[in-house]
Amino acid sequence: MKMETVKLTIDNKQIEVNKGTTLLKAARQMGVEIPTLCHMELHDLNIENKPGGCRICVVEVQGRRNLAPACITKCEEGMSVRTHNPRVLNARRTVMEFILSDHPKDCLICPKSGHCDLQDMANRLGIREIPGQDIAAMSTYRKDTSPSIIRELDKCIMCRRCEMMCNEVQTVGALSAINRGFMAVVAPAFEQNLEYSPCTYCGQCVAVCPTGALTEVDHTRDVLRALVDPSKTVVVQTAPAVRAALGEEFGLKPGTLVTGKLVAALKALGFDYVFDTDFAADLTIMEEGTELLSRLGKFLKGEKDANIPILTSCCPGWVNFFEHNYPELKDVPSTAKSPQQMFGAIAKTYFADKINIKRQDMVVVSIMPCLAKKYESQRPEFAVDGNPDVDFSISTRELAAFIRQANIDFNGLPDMDFDRPLGESTGAGVIFGNTGGVIEAAVRTAYEIFTKKKLSRLDFTELRGMEGVRQAVIDFDGFPLSIGIAHGLGNARKLLDEVRAGRSKFHAIEVMACPGGCIGGGGQPLHHGDSSVLKARAKAIYDEDKNKQIRVSHENQYILQLYKEYLGEPGSEKAHHLLHTHYFDKKAKIIIKK
Amino acid sequence: MHLLVCGATTCRTSESDLIAENLRREIEEKGLQSEVQVIMTGCFGFCEKGPVVRVMPDNTYYARVKPEDAPVIVAEHVIKGKRVQRLLHTEMAAQSAATEPKQTGFRRKQIRIALRNCGSINPENIDEYIARDGYAALGKCLTEMSPAQVVEQIKLSGLRGRGGGGFPTGLKWEIAARNKADQKYVVCNADEGDPGAFMDRSVLEGDPHSVLEAMAICGYAIGASKGLIYIRAEYPLAIQRLKTAISQAREYGLLGQEILGSSFMFDIEMRYGAGAFVCGEETALIHSMEGERGEPTNKPPFPAESGFLGKPTNVNNVETLASIPVIINKGAAWFASIGTEKSKGTKVFALAGKINNVGLIEVPMGTTLREVIFEIGGGIKNGKKFKAVQTGGPSGGCLTEKHLDIAIDFDNLIAAGSMMGSGGMIVMDEDDCMVSVAKYFLEFTVEESCGKCSPCRIGNKRLHELLEHITKGNGTMADLDRLRNMSLVIKDTSLCGLGQSSPNPVLSTLANFMDEYVAHVTDKKCPSGQCRDLMRYSVIPDKCVGCTACARACPVNAISGERKEVHFIDQDKCIKCNACFEKCKFAAVLIN
Repeated sequence: MKMETVKLTIDNKQIEVNKGTTLLKAARQMGVEIPTLCHMELHDLNIENKPGGCRICVVEVQGRRNLAPACITKCEEGMSVRTHNPRVLNARRTVMEFILSDHPKDCLICPKSGHCDLQDMANRLGIREIPGQDIAAMSTYRKDTSPSIIRELDKCIMCRRCEMMCNEVQTVGALSAINRGFMAVVAPAFEQNLEYSPCTYCGQCVAVCPTGALTEVDHTRDVLRALVDPSKTVVVQTAPAVRAALGEEFGLKPGTLVTGKLVAALKALGFDYVFDTDFAADLTIMEEGTELLSRLGKFLKGEKDANIPILTSCCPGWVNFFEHNYPELKDVPSTAKSPQQMFGAIAKTYFADKINIKRQDMVVVSIMPCLAKKYESQRPEFAVDGNPDVDFSISTRELAAFIRQANIDFNGLPDMDFDRPLGESTGAGVIFGNTGGVIEAAVRTAYEIFTKKKLSRLDFTELRGMEGVRQAVIDFDGFPLSIGIAHGLGNARKLLDEVRAGRSKFHAIEVMACPGGCIGGGGQPLHHGDSSVLKARAKAIYDEDKNKQIRVSHENQYILQLYKEYLGEPGSEKAHHLLHTHYFDKKAKIIIKK
Repeated sequence: MHLLVCGATTCRTSESDLIAENLRREIEEKGLQSEVQVIMTGCFGFCEKGPVVRVMPDNTYYARVKPEDAPVIVAEHVIKGKRVQRLLHTEMAAQSAATEPKQTGFRRKQIRIALRNCGSINPENIDEYIARDGYAALGKCLTEMSPAQVVEQIKLSGLRGRGGGGFPTGLKWEIAARNKADQKYVVCNADEGDPGAFMDRSVLEGDPHSVLEAMAICGYAIGASKGLIYIRAEYPLAIQRLKTAISQAREYGLLGQEILGSSFMFDIEMRYGAGAFVCGEETALIHSMEGERGEPTNKPPFPAESGFLGKPTNVNNVETLASIPVIINKGAAWFASIGTEKSKGTKVFALAGKINNVGLIEVPMGTTLREVIFEIGGGIKNGKKFKAVQTGGPSGGCLTEKHLDIAIDFDNLIAAGSMMGSGGMIVMDEDDCMVSVAKYFLEFTVEESCGKCSPCRIGNKRLHELLEHITKGNGTMADLDRLRNMSLVIKDTSLCGLGQSSPNPVLSTLANFMDEYVAHVTDKKCPSGQCRDLMRYSVIPDKCVGCTACARACPVNAISGERKEVHFIDQDKCIKCNACFEKCKFAAVLIN
């Protein structure tokens, strides 16, 4: 069917566009860039934020009394539009002055400085001074520091991107607009702290915040202190998704793999051992895969407590989500800890023994694409006598800042290799970074153990992609294993509702809290709403997998050695003690009003 | 004989319910209950003179009645047939007993359409409404007219939305009727939020059935079976009367299934607002009803396409709806014969401010401001000089002497730099400082902005701050230029009607009272003497006897001086509290 079109004039040029196209997009089609601030679009994820609130994108439409916001005004037949005439420029500038007049000017120490959409827009619109600033009151709010996220709402410009991510994409509902008029701001209900809200710390709000209103808690200072302390052995682990994105912070093209440089940089920063979370990802597969097969076995025997489907549990945002929203299902997810925590547990036992130091003298740092990992590392159940398995979790962005601080020429670094034994990993560990990756890795191992046959192909492309909810049936040598995948918590909710209602048709479900999986995590370099960045990162991850010699977890020699020397069998008592956890009903933790 | 006691909120705050109770008791004591009925009605309009009691059939209005006046009214008027001169409405008292109250200045220029039943019937009795042609229009629609014909009648009548926008009602209905959907909604916007305005409240309190009937007619016309009344929770009396009316209408088969034996079904539910001004904006109102934050969204899509729960929704204001049954009964041509070329019918205004007859009036479109203020309103209080009238609620403009002969209608008011709004009319006299007036209105819009769009959220705050700056005597001529630019941009870029009109008080006062602004910024003087920071208190040496009374009254010890010697006010310490001025028996304190 041919799309209906409309003809209109933009800046004296004729253009024909599909009906329903906004003025913003029509102008873009002809190369006219209308500035926007609150608007944000992630094409492949079908996410668009356009509350029409900032009013920076206003344009003049002939015949209309007022200026029209280009981001939400649809093209109409015969429209005549001016995007940059004096009336528009004056309005845009005045509105920008309004916004800046209610924004702190502490760019010098703002974590977003240099990556701030507001700063860029102020430059673009040529704002040099803010008239009337001397008599302008500022809307100020209490600063809220949670284990993962800092909210400094003085810097909120009410773009509502975070609210949209939190409510519409993630369906978490921790953030919404509160207060009226000048004091209107996005916050948890009744201005409660995030800690007492249903926040999962997925960090998607931080990832889209155009200013410094939402940022991660910075742990680089703590890490530096540990590095300075001669009595500490500092061990670092890096998550799979970090290597696919860190380069962006140093001007490299999205999707550039920087694994070797990452290792070199961490060594240059002074870490004693540079290990890979991918190793722990392989370990996760051993434990989770075993659990899957054991539950599947019960299921096939028709046992009632088979607990099928099994849900993955590597994503801490997701774990928080079901603890808050589906506590009655808390026995359904796999009990396997996340790779970060498995790594910490092994590092402070197995590896500490190996190098003959006490756990108190070891500091485990993790580099994560994620902000919920900060919270996860601080969970009391992941500590021994108050000493956490993972001491500090820092995001990809924090690491980049740290590398810059240390004056390291990142792009000029040689490629180096991870240390052994906790640095060896397989392709299966790497793909944890992408949506569908955990389940693909699990399938690779579970298939071979279940069928006792070697896989002829390792690329399960049917499990890959960017669609929010995906499903596939994998032939386990005659047994059709039905798999569901969701990324983004809103999508996870759909699958969970089915599980709760007892209607789920899946045997195993993978959930990642962030759109795209860890590559789109809340701690990654900001994508500024460009979803092609996510695609490039995903491709890099799959490339890394392809380039690995070993691509199934159960063939990782160091993993096998770990079991042989220390843990025994997957699912053994010791493995359970160190590598498994349990979940809590956290509904009560949400405080509606004090 | 009927004793009609105003039972609207304004008169009830002056114990009109106690008056009614006392009257009833007196009548029972005299054994007259079979001949005399005491009825609580809706608003009569002249709230300034409230509480008001109207005696029928001889049409006598008693004003400022107190509960203890009940015995004398019963003893003198009811029993002896003699009017109680002391309580007579002043204008009536001056006239002969035979004069119809319609002929008094207050009533003469008025035509009551929306308010037709207010003050004449017991709003809690459906029979009284029916006795005055109530539900006849609905009956006519259901039995004699097709939905399209109903829409056509409303279009022909030229009725425009009374809530502020002035959008043609018939056209709105037509669009809603045209959009196909499994469910449509009729919404009555009773979120009256203008400070000092009580047009809608009076209709709902005095004649709730007229709104219910109109909603049902609208439901029939556009194909909706559900009606919702969005009313602010601060209107408990209106809510109670609506609830009573809804249950009576259901009982009579005028709401519900198979209305009047036809296949048409329609029912009405109430939704309560928490008193946010912006929720009077129809998209914000709909979001509020949906349980979302009460903030507007961009139009299009208009509610007629996608409204409540995404379904086609027709939103009309109370006063608009109250006019509908009359239009159907008397015909579109009759309605269209009243008013001006583009604004038909009548408009209800709430008169407030420095005017003698504060109250509620309904006049034909085209009536001049002069007629409203000086004839109906009885002129300016205390014989002061008229300075300005603000129409259109907090975001309307201030019009002056030169606008007095403008015929009031939607377009003329906009052309003059103000607007119709929902019908607030605030009159100002020579003592009012226009910069302060603009500041006052901005204070309201700053408070009531939802905060969604930046120009309204921040811009209005900045406007208010700058006005404050000027009234403190710190402004410059460049500030006036900035004030104007900010105002124009806020109007030009705001998302909804609130921000698009909130700078009107600033722009209109800048246009009409520039000299006052200039006096504030260049001479550092407030011509009306309202801006405290620009006042200067000093002692006139010749008049001061050194009694020390002022020095003792001064709370900040700004006044010094020995006994029997001339006193002195330290300007740096003076907080302009006026205590010295009030205390001085010799008029020795000078304010300038």
